[in-house]
Amino acid sequence: MCLAIPGKVVSISGDDPLTRMGRIDFSGVVKQASLAYVPEVNIGDYVIVHVGFALSKVDEDEAQKVFQYLKQIGELDELKEPAP
Amino acid sequence: MNSPDFSAACPLPISQYPHVLMAHGGGGRLMHRLLEDVFGKAFSNPLLDTRHDSAQFNVPLGRLAMTTDSYVVRPIFFPGGDIGSMAVHGTVNDLAMSGARPLYLTSAFIIEEGLPMQTLWRVVCSMRDAAKKCGVQIITGDTKVVDKGKGDGLFINTTGIGVLEHSLNIAPQNVQPGDAVIVSGDLGRHGMAIMAVREGLEFESRIESDSAPVHEPILELIKAGTEIHCLRDLTRGGLASALNEIAEAAGVKIAIEQKLVPVREDVSAACEILGLDVLHVANEGRFVAFVPAQEVESVLAILRQHEVSGNSVVIGRVIEKAAPLVTVKSTLGVSRILDMPSGEQLPRIC
Amino acid sequence: MKFLDEYRDAELAQKFAQEIHRITTRPWKIMEVCGGQTHAIVKYGIDELLPKQIELIHGPGCPVCVTPLEVIDQALEIAARPGVIFTSFGDMLRVPGSTTDLLSVKAQGGDVRIIYSPLDAVKIAEQNPEKEVVFFGVGFETTAPATAMAIYQAAQKGLKNFSMLISHVLVPPAIEALMSSPNCQVQAFLAAGHVCAVMGYEEYFPLAKKYRVPIVVTGFEPLDVLHGILFTVQQLESGRVEVENQYVRAVSRGGNQPAQDLVKKVFEVVPRKWRGIGEIPQSGLGLSEAYGAFDAAKKFELTDRCVDEPAECIAGLILQGLKKPHECPVFGTRCTPEHPFGATMVSSEGACAAYYRYRRQGANERVGAL
Repeated sequence: MCLAIPGKVVSISGDDPLTRMGRIDFSGVVKQASLAYVPEVNIGDYVIVHVGFALSKVDEDEAQKVFQYLKQIGELDELKEPAP
Repeated sequence: MNSPDFSAACPLPISQYPHVLMAHGGGGRLMHRLLEDVFGKAFSNPLLDTRHDSAQFNVPLGRLAMTTDSYVVRPIFFPGGDIGSMAVHGTVNDLAMSGARPLYLTSAFIIEEGLPMQTLWRVVCSMRDAAKKCGVQIITGDTKVVDKGKGDGLFINTTGIGVLEHSLNIAPQNVQPGDAVIVSGDLGRHGMAIMAVREGLEFESRIESDSAPVHEPILELIKAGTEIHCLRDLTRGGLASALNEIAEAAGVKIAIEQKLVPVREDVSAACEILGLDVLHVANEGRFVAFVPAQEVESVLAILRQHEVSGNSVVIGRVIEKAAPLVTVKSTLGVSRILDMPSGEQLPRIC
Repeated sequence: MKFLDEYRDAELAQKFAQEIHRITTRPWKIMEVCGGQTHAIVKYGIDELLPKQIELIHGPGCPVCVTPLEVIDQALEIAARPGVIFTSFGDMLRVPGSTTDLLSVKAQGGDVRIIYSPLDAVKIAEQNPEKEVVFFGVGFETTAPATAMAIYQAAQKGLKNFSMLISHVLVPPAIEALMSSPNCQVQAFLAAGHVCAVMGYEEYFPLAKKYRVPIVVTGFEPLDVLHGILFTVQQLESGRVEVENQYVRAVSRGGNQPAQDLVKKVFEVVPRKWRGIGEIPQSGLGLSEAYGAFDAAKKFELTDRCVDEPAECIAGLILQGLKKPHECPVFGTRCTPEHPFGATMVSSEGACAAYYRYRRQGANERVGAL
């Protein structure tokens, strides 16, 4: 379930937090989404959007964790292999 | 075409009737005016100008190709085209898939009562321009008007005739194991351009339909003496449909690789948002070619010289004569079946 | 696309796969809860990269698949009524009810419209005051905040011609129901990443403890799924039982508070029948009393009904992870995406549709080296 895609907030409109809307850029395709549930989000942030609602802000630091983990695995492998 | 610019460049010849009426299909004076002032004026050519029930023309000795299509696209005007230009391009492309030089088109219109005359005129002018670019003439046609509520605006049916100036048998039955599968450009533009303006799903984008004629690069291939086994234009159902149809008609197993299939980033993004598979999305100016492996270099060289097929690339090959099957290797290197899409492409949330 | 494409890297996927191979010493059965994860697994062939000892069982995380037949029949009844504009996500249009489906109702003149967001349904209601606009509110916790906001805004605007047919379901009760079944063979779960983006993952700690199953909140791209499986196998191999979060770029432990708050305001937890599984207590969302006027089932005075499934359909066993699609006698023969017996064949998230489209043969047969 829950097809939700990351996109970049390029503009924000609306003063009332519950009706705050953003235009979200998904690699050149721009769609409106409600920002009611991500009040902390600003222009330039990435959000995960599901059925026209931003559900969370992408934590760009945490986004690197997957790759850092892989790097660690790689380094451990190198340590395990005997030196030629 | 933006409406205000269009009106200035191509003023509506019938200003008396802002909307199409039942009488315009009734066979009488109003219909005569419509035929003269709209269709006759736009499509004018010696054959059409005879105003006879049927057009008479010479045929060269040899083989002809013939095709028929109906166009029901909604909305009538979409980014990169309209139902009219799409009708001309689509018909020309069907003929091109036999390697035919397109010559003549017919066009029949079924118009819903109440359609703005301006809309009809815009479509007709678009067809005129497309026909001119393709080097074809619209030589006969028909007009009917149906009651309001019975027609969804405008439907167009065409028939096309072309001449085969070669002796190749370009057909699925000619597809051989070892043949390369070439696609003439990036996928999904037409379907996603339509989605972008479809009510309930709209999004802003620069995606325009790829509706275009593809006969010129194909005629070049033929002129160069290329051995072409099969051609198929990609329309509804996308690449998946075309490959499955050919696999079935030819009795072969075809394998393609996802990473080789060209897709623009924004088209890909639009597909992601709506949960659509780009291999199932409609195209209107793209084709697949099945050619022997040794022809690939020269085929790509010729195709890439033309804008419409500038991004031609090999995406897979025919594996063997077998129970019909199309597979695609994912970007992770694992193969799965590429199935025939079932029915209309529906956006999903899951 | 940023934050999407990087997680599809083939080389890095191989690295994860190799590491999983390296540490796996015993057979393990892991269930991925979410249909979106099933889709990714089958589309990319992730399970084929794993050691043979790891079996992925496809869970009931497909809200389309688990919507009861009775509710679909109710939707069809409403959609066929004159003066109604019936709006829905695309997923539901081909799902068969007892005798027909929404696409057929549309073909016969029903005003059925596909929309992208529940807010679009509110807009349609505003633009068509003389019509009754109904939205088919299907989905897990991920979608509930969107439908809640639509109802809330409709209430704020004082709309009298808007209502929803609600069939929201909750994941943790489903996991509990699966785990408490004596037939259950699942040893660990990949929890649904986007559900947890909304709800957080607090609810999974008691479940993990009670049933001694590792639970890893997992995303949807190939690297996410492989990473989640790696965490899971590490726990299983070492005998640890924990709740971990793989999908850290989108999920926090507490989840999305404003979303949870509005959902609590508009909805209340109710028992729900899951197609193929049966009624699970406290497993669904229904409109709270304050918003009862927006309940389409009440507004259209729909009767409760009980509908039997086609006898041969084993969608329920598949949803519980007890059988695989190719073990069904009618799979791929009388039951295909074109004429589906049950929802697992219609929804592209359903295990049967995924297997039919992408595999045809069955889990253990490979498509063939190419």
